[in-house]
Amino acid sequence: MTVTIEARDVTFAFGETPALRGASLAVAAGEIIAVMGPSGSGKSTLLHCLAGILVPDSGEVRCGDVRIDTLGEADRSALRRDRFGFVFQFGQLVPELTAAENVALPLLLGGIRRGPALRAARAWFERLGLAGLEHRRSGELSGGQAQRVALARGLVARPQVLFADEPTGALDSLTGEEVMGLLVDTAREQGTTVVLVTHEPRVAAYADREVVVRDGRINAPARVGS
Amino acid sequence: MTVPLTLLGLLEREPSHGYDLKRDYDTFFGRGKPLPYGQVYSTLSRLARDGKVVVSDVEPGAGPDRKRYVITDRGATEVEHWLTEPVEPEPHLQTVLFAKVVLALMLDRPAEAYLDTQRAAHLHRMRELTEIKRSGGLVDVMLADHGLYHLEADLRWIEATGARLDALRKEVRR
Ligand SMILES: Nc1ncnc2c1ncn2[C@@H]1O[C@H](COP(=O)(O)OP(=O)(O)O)[C@@H](O)[C@H]1O
Ligand SMILES: [Mg+2]
Repeated sequence: MTVTIEARDVTFAFGETPALRGASLAVAAGEIIAVMGPSGSGKSTLLHCLAGILVPDSGEVRCGDVRIDTLGEADRSALRRDRFGFVFQFGQLVPELTAAENVALPLLLGGIRRGPALRAARAWFERLGLAGLEHRRSGELSGGQAQRVALARGLVARPQVLFADEPTGALDSLTGEEVMGLLVDTAREQGTTVVLVTHEPRVAAYADREVVVRDGRINAPARVGS
Repeated sequence: MTVPLTLLGLLEREPSHGYDLKRDYDTFFGRGKPLPYGQVYSTLSRLARDGKVVVSDVEPGAGPDRKRYVITDRGATEVEHWLTEPVEPEPHLQTVLFAKVVLALMLDRPAEAYLDTQRAAHLHRMRELTEIKRSGGLVDVMLADHGLYHLEADLRWIEATGARLDALRKEVRR
């Protein structure tokens, strides 16, 4: 198995509050993994450490052959831009930009010119059932539409890893399932590895397997079935 | 058992032969677990004995497939009653899980590990149902959803119980 992203014995504290206490996790290339656990257990902190947003107090984080936790801020930021995509629960679209411009953002930040970036962005609207909404601003989109735009933005630069933190947390369950179906289909088509943080079993059921975070550590569940 | 009532319900649409009933049962209700012919005919003869169906005509030839069954007023009333009345809200599985957890605590065995294993089994099944849902038609979606919501309810109970194990241990151990 080729490992795409890995945490080894990672600890992290917010001041006096320990959030991770020796968390280890290895995700295979192309795998869709659900990170579950009760609220406050350390799921988001783990995601932020894996994605190079937070630097662990101890332990290692690797993406392929790159050791992330020892990189400086500029290198981590470049790595995030080149290899990672993100989808969060709320408020991620830039309200001043159109939906298409929002989707194009990672490409523009990656140095691609506006024309080709917007063309690539528009191709995603058809694919995610958003045709005709390219010029809307985030205030003119429903929750499910906005989240599909955010998904397109997370995947447009064909990242190695998509980090999704409660991506359906603000949606009703049917809309959430639509978004999850699209997320899984598009990630599989591109071979993108997905780290999906969720406390909802129905959302986790879209992943290939789950791990459970409890008190800042990871319980790998017993293997069930084939 | 829902088989007799389901067959009765199918007959309420139109008089049918046993093989039509089996085919429709397998298509809409069997979900990978086809109804054996033997059970179709034994069920139909019990329904006939109880006056819920009658045999309308027997075509020439031999074998049970020659008979056409028609629902009676009594049968139709039974279907109506079954559809109208709520099902006893019986949390079967929860009873088993509850018994396992309490016994594990009484016997000083790893209740938490049992719950973890159960959670993994539930999630495994939920993944299978999600897959069925994503590759099937609307009927599959509805059936899978029913399973998914029930499993999710169990999982909530598992989480809540897991969080209370220490207190529960004190209460059940003497
Ligand atoms: N910015 C922060 N400042 C201080 N404490 C935080 C911060 N973010 C998270 N925490 C704490 O760290 C722990 C783990 O939080 P988090 O990773 O957000 O959990 P989860 O995503 O599983 O709900 C919790 O105790 C939480 O209160
Ligand atoms: Mg969180």
